[in-house]
Amino acid sequence: MAKQSDQVHAPVGGRLFTPMFFGLGLLVLVAGFFLFNRFVFGLGSVTNLSDGYPWGIWIAIDLVVGTALGCAGYAVALLVYILNRGEYHPLVRPALLASLFGYALGGAAVMIDLGRYWQGYNMFLPWLSQYNSVMLETALCIAAYITVLMVEFSPVFLERLGMKNIRRRLDKVLFIFIGLGVLLPTMHQSSMGTILVVLGHQLSPLWQTQLLPLLFLTSALFMGFAIVVFEAVLASVGFRRPMEAFILNKLSTVMAWLLLGFVVVRIADLLFRGDIVLAFRANLDALMFWVEIALHVTALVLLWPRRIPASPRRMFLSASTMLAAGAVYRINCYLVGYHPGDGWNYFPSVGEIMVTVGIFALEIMLYLVFVKRLPVLHTVDRAYREEHAAQAREGGAAAVGQAT
Amino acid sequence: MALNRRDFLKLATVDGAVGAAAAGSTMLAADTASAQLLQRPPRPMPEEAVGLLYDSTLCIGCRACQVACKRANGMPIDIPETYEAWNGGTWDTPTDLSGDTLTVIQVYQDGTMEVKDRETDGFAFIKRQCMHCTDASCISVCPVSAMTKDPVTGVVTHHPDRCIGCRYCVLACPFGVPRYEFDNPFGQIQKCQLCTNVPDRDIPACADVCPTGATLYGRTTDLQQEAERRLGMAPGETYRFPRGALGDDRASHEAPIAHYQSAVYGEQILGGTQVRMLAGVPFADLGMPHDVPDYSYASITEGIQHTLYKYFIAPAVLLAGLVYFAYKNARSHRPEDWD
Ligand code: SF4
Ligand code: SF4
Repeated sequence: MAKQSDQVHAPVGGRLFTPMFFGLGLLVLVAGFFLFNRFVFGLGSVTNLSDGYPWGIWIAIDLVVGTALGCAGYAVALLVYILNRGEYHPLVRPALLASLFGYALGGAAVMIDLGRYWQGYNMFLPWLSQYNSVMLETALCIAAYITVLMVEFSPVFLERLGMKNIRRRLDKVLFIFIGLGVLLPTMHQSSMGTILVVLGHQLSPLWQTQLLPLLFLTSALFMGFAIVVFEAVLASVGFRRPMEAFILNKLSTVMAWLLLGFVVVRIADLLFRGDIVLAFRANLDALMFWVEIALHVTALVLLWPRRIPASPRRMFLSASTMLAAGAVYRINCYLVGYHPGDGWNYFPSVGEIMVTVGIFALEIMLYLVFVKRLPVLHTVDRAYREEHAAQAREGGAAAVGQAT
Repeated sequence: MALNRRDFLKLATVDGAVGAAAAGSTMLAADTASAQLLQRPPRPMPEEAVGLLYDSTLCIGCRACQVACKRANGMPIDIPETYEAWNGGTWDTPTDLSGDTLTVIQVYQDGTMEVKDRETDGFAFIKRQCMHCTDASCISVCPVSAMTKDPVTGVVTHHPDRCIGCRYCVLACPFGVPRYEFDNPFGQIQKCQLCTNVPDRDIPACADVCPTGATLYGRTTDLQQEAERRLGMAPGETYRFPRGALGDDRASHEAPIAHYQSAVYGEQILGGTQVRMLAGVPFADLGMPHDVPDYSYASITEGIQHTLYKYFIAPAVLLAGLVYFAYKNARSHRPEDWD
């Protein structure tokens, strides 16, 4: 173990203003153009929202899928600090960073989407709080969690600025924030499922169930882990770093179990309620249901623990499939399965799509700036490489030993 | 049954990788077995609750209520895009509720449309407006108390100065009532408030102007009795239908009793509504929610929330546990030179 934390993490360095960076910046500008219109001419001028579909992709994708992608920090903190799996420690900082952006931008999307955003602060006025509202609970939890993430991530800045004293003091109380950083996502990620329960018959029985909170929580967890793997593989390829293959492989087992649990509960619930018959109709609901299930099962097959550690390519593939699976489930719940009655339909407008694309582009831009300039990723020194090579060998041997 | 349920519990446990999730899931999984488990008790209707009785068989589709509503609420005319070709812009022709229309008369048409209030080859009218639910979804979902229910009259009102425009009420209302002004950069939510928002009105404008008594104002319990009286009579019998408000002194409207559908709409549906309806054709044809439970959806959501978050015990215990482990484990990850 290294003696000092600033030797463990280091900025990757390299040029900031790459062609990719400018490309992303262009997308952000395009989004800015549509946002200008949204604020000057109203939501109707940019979006295809209607009173039948009052929530579109800014909620379903930017917020509901976006924050699930932002569950990287939640999932890893749970492993490292609560279940005490110290070996996953190198994943903590990049995961927290992804979470910070995922949540901050999800929150920004909500502010854009609010029809009366200038009164948005009403949510924080206790005398207006309506405590039966699942949305209030979700919103307050998300706001609190963004704050917690900032605190959890602040050591990175403090290290960079060399403010050791504050860093040390913060360290003494950090465990409280770590606790909160696990509690809050547990609450609001499940609540994002509960939000839909009140829709009753307006949400197809293929998705409407009182298990929505449990299913949303589980999908948030496996999506959180998947984004960690996704990010680690990309970072290793993009920055030509060795991959934490051994760690990631072990993570796959955790993910496989979560995914299995999700699929079993999902199907059992449908069988139990008898609504599985709806999956055998010729309509969009049924099609999207099977797409959702197929993605989950494919990811599960790709992930299923095996003797030989999976190749980076396979890991990347399974992580992407998992992310797609979770995203489709969430979009199905929030948009596809929602039936407000005859005469309504919704498909996102170009403006809506470009704003969503812009938000994700901004996320990637910020991520690149941060890892290049701040101590986020683990340093790749020789000792570290050797240590991990040894671990991988041992681990591989152990795995074979276990299997036989 | 029992076996299924036990299986469920097992499955849920597999799924609950997190201790808390496991606890929550067991509760929730058990809940699937009996829909009642995580439900909070229904909300009773206030004794003096007021509402409307809309009798579709009396409605002649004159839309006087629509016009009076617009005038009372000072709202602009509403012309759907598909009508713009022939509607020059002076005639108010809404086909649905909208940010500019709080009540609308819609029509059901079938085949040759020969006979009023007949399902096949007939037609019928329906008036849409807020149902003033006993246990309203819009109130339950609103994060900032912008939808409230009057404790005495039970009228559901909206407060734009509180509303943040999240449109959760638009999404959640099972009757598709609240509407948002999407074309206005500073748009607001619009819905019928039974004219409680209109100064110097003792009865809603729509009931006031209805020539046949199809829209009648009154205490909901009285309206229910009135509706049951009509249901109890033989079709064809002459009846003096009250107009305006139940019990006021205007001249009644004499007409034969129609063939009614057997139940009063709104008595039980989704926890009950203060607006009640009678019709000659099934309410499904009229585009109203049907085949839905007698309990309100809000009672289910709030049941789940109140179970998981009762007195905040579960989150507090969970947090205590998390903080403990974080304290213990974070120590071991901390570089030594900081201790
Ligand atoms: S009909 Fe809709 S808007 Fe009216 S009280 Fe019921 S839930 Fe609220
Ligand atoms: S749109 Fe306004 S009234 Fe409706 S739920 Fe949101 S804050 Fe409440």
